[in-house]
Amino acid sequence: MSNPAQQVGSVRPFPLWAAVVPAVLLLLVSGFFAVGLTRDPHRLPSLMIDRQMPEFALAPLSEGRQTLRNEDLVGHVSIVNVFGSWCIACVAEHPQLIEIARSGVVPIYGVDWRDEPGAGTAWLVRYGDPYTLTGVDADSRLAIDLGVTGAPESFVIDTGGRIRYKHVGPITSEIWADTLLPIVRNLEAEGS
Amino acid sequence: MKHLAMALMLFLASAPSMVAAYAQEPEFDPKVEAAAREVGKSLRCVVCQNQSIEDSGAPLAADMRRLVRERLAAGESPDEVRAYMTDRYGNFVLMKPPVQLDTLLLWLGPLLFACLALAGWLVYVRPRTQIAAAAEPLTEEEQRALARHLAEGAEL
Repeated sequence: MSNPAQQVGSVRPFPLWAAVVPAVLLLLVSGFFAVGLTRDPHRLPSLMIDRQMPEFALAPLSEGRQTLRNEDLVGHVSIVNVFGSWCIACVAEHPQLIEIARSGVVPIYGVDWRDEPGAGTAWLVRYGDPYTLTGVDADSRLAIDLGVTGAPESFVIDTGGRIRYKHVGPITSEIWADTLLPIVRNLEAEGS
Repeated sequence: MKHLAMALMLFLASAPSMVAAYAQEPEFDPKVEAAAREVGKSLRCVVCQNQSIEDSGAPLAADMRRLVRERLAAGESPDEVRAYMTDRYGNFVLMKPPVQLDTLLLWLGPLLFACLALAGWLVYVRPRTQIAAAAEPLTEEEQRALARHLAEGAEL
């Protein structure tokens, strides 16, 4: 004959760990999603950092100007900015590019990406031309070589023609002052 | 923050607009074309992200399709073409990521969750069903005691 108290005891409550483990797992998975789901999946890590700028030669946007090629980026720090007249965010960043060009801190080279003939030129006439030189990349050759996924994207190139930083999205005044300008200054100091 | 959100929205809106570009692709050797379709199906469109470049209407995907064909026509193997792309866009550009150390969680994740479910069943569900199954039927004496207790309870 079993003691009734013992029988009740055999339907034991779960041990403490059995209550704690699922709670911890839930927290872990929630934390994972809380971070993961707020990240922008369009921002991919760049593999191009610290690599040599890919070989390229882009036809000039304006007639009579020279071809934009690797040699143009050697001997000084420069920024390569991928834009297109179809790109709305490029309009947003444009005043900042004009300001950088005006300050003379660093030359900006434009890559007019996947544009209709003439559209890029008209766009620069309308909004102003901050570029030292602009090349046309109508069929994404350089863009794919650079791992570009959208415009605008900007690459900071060191004096040796190596990619040292990539910024995805428009350059705002904050991004310029807090991120890009210090990098440019650093690379200038490094190169001289 | 508002500026950041605004900038982000503008950026997302600025991916090359969706224009179907399948039609005017240059003709290639049928062999190259067949290989290119295979490669293209294994490469992710980096603009729309959940389509392969073969399925995507994004202009960048069209340029990638053409690049794939050109490289294959130039004698590169499908794997070399894929390597060219992953060299620039990372494993992300592959529709099927490779099994390697940092993708183990991705590949084994479903198995992991299945194990968790099994463990949960073993810990939480099975003991209860076992207790219920193992319970002996009440003896006659217990039946009477139960009836008595219930009757007493009813009077209260």
